[in-house]
Amino acid sequence: MVHVFHIKEKYLALDVNSGCVHVLDELCYDVLKYLCDEGKTPEDTHIQEICDRFQDRYAVSDLEEAWGDILELYESETLFSRDDYAEIAGKLKRNSPVKAMCLHVAHDCNLRCAYCFADEGAYHNRRELMSVETGKKAMDFLIQASGKRRNLEVDFFGGEPLMNFQMVKEVVEYAREQEKIHDKNFRFTITTNGILLNDENIAYINKEMSNVVLSLDGRKETNDKVRCRIDGSGSYDSIVKKLQKVAESRNQDNYYVRGTFTRYNLDFSKDVLHLADLGFKQTSVEPVVSEPEAPYAIREEDLPQIYQEYENLVEEYITRRKEGKWFNFFHFMIDLEQGPCVIKRLSGCGAGCEYLAVAPNGDIYPCHQFVGTEEYKMGNLEDGILDQEIRNHFESCNVYTKPKCRDCFAKFYCSGGCMANACLLNGDINEPHEISCMLQRKRVECSLYAKAVEAEWEE
Amino acid sequence: MKRIKTLNQATLKKSAAKGGCGECQTSCQSACKTSCTVANQKCESQKA
Repeated sequence: MVHVFHIKEKYLALDVNSGCVHVLDELCYDVLKYLCDEGKTPEDTHIQEICDRFQDRYAVSDLEEAWGDILELYESETLFSRDDYAEIAGKLKRNSPVKAMCLHVAHDCNLRCAYCFADEGAYHNRRELMSVETGKKAMDFLIQASGKRRNLEVDFFGGEPLMNFQMVKEVVEYAREQEKIHDKNFRFTITTNGILLNDENIAYINKEMSNVVLSLDGRKETNDKVRCRIDGSGSYDSIVKKLQKVAESRNQDNYYVRGTFTRYNLDFSKDVLHLADLGFKQTSVEPVVSEPEAPYAIREEDLPQIYQEYENLVEEYITRRKEGKWFNFFHFMIDLEQGPCVIKRLSGCGAGCEYLAVAPNGDIYPCHQFVGTEEYKMGNLEDGILDQEIRNHFESCNVYTKPKCRDCFAKFYCSGGCMANACLLNGDINEPHEISCMLQRKRVECSLYAKAVEAEWEE
Repeated sequence: MKRIKTLNQATLKKSAAKGGCGECQTSCQSACKTSCTVANQKCESQKA
């Protein structure tokens, strides 16, 4: 499968199965687009057909030269390369160890964000803090379920985890003792809205947490429209300086300032750039996930504007990086040489098997987005036994079990999309949410475009 | 190659043979939490 596209003057071809990205001239783009549209490959096409089709626009000598390049890539299996992965997907390991856990230490929040999938922190009206005892049991469970995996990840999540920070510290201390005994390496992360950050907890976070996710949606008016305090006032003024302090104290690395964009701010490139203007070097702003009836939900009719926003953003992203005003945007990060292996790309996020979420009462769910949904409860830390039926259901899900992914060029970048979104919006983990897919495809195109432009500078 | 510039090697196919150690970061733990972005994760075995 080959995907050809262009953004502005850059013409690109992605050979999906090899992962190779080719920068083309316009003639090669036209020829490859013709082959793709006709469902042909260089093997079943003769140069005469190409000449007949394009000689009114291009010289035959140029067409022959381009065809030579295309044949060379085809023969080296970097263009129209075979799909060898269906068989691998069918043999993916089962009952893999658990390696990551999202620990819901506080089902309570000091903000009332309109779009919160956690029901404004209450998780279906059950405001609750996790006890130290439950947190320790979660660490024991993770160690026991992790088998031979050494690197274990724990994200302190909520609600707002700083509302239960003493517990977080005690659990970290316990896990640090246990990792020595069991030869494990815990990597802790925390996701916070920043309201309760102070010098003391920032110092602790910097000492113990390998990554911090700081929630901020961008411009004050964007942020304050949805990220409100309990009294209805906006949160921007209370948090920006604190978040900047965290970013600086971590040397602008190993953190993300992370926002959500909604129908209320379809001009979200301005929000990303605002975060960059505030001095944040690590940014991520992602589309809201919500039921389609919500007033802030992204609709299909919004897509042209969002596509344009991603193009605006990637242009400015490239310009700033070139001018020495470097910043990173999570969704434009693609490592073409050393990204994850294809096995990871086939199997995706690992929810329900490698990755689990634990509610304050010790109930276990496939991921943080399923927490509180009774039909997806997999067990409780008390008995430590996981529902095998749910586990198998999630573990059997991969790129090749999703019919919509088969012909999608982005399948090895998103790994079939978010299963929770698929479930929430389509009722089936194997049926990805179409609008999310369309946005993902645009982001992949923009990322590859940025790579092509940046490669040009290096020449 | 006169008209086409290739940006990267065919690493995806090669990774099928030796990949799958599972030590890499879980994608949702990095930043996203609501959208699946797997391809920007680092490979743990290549990092070492």
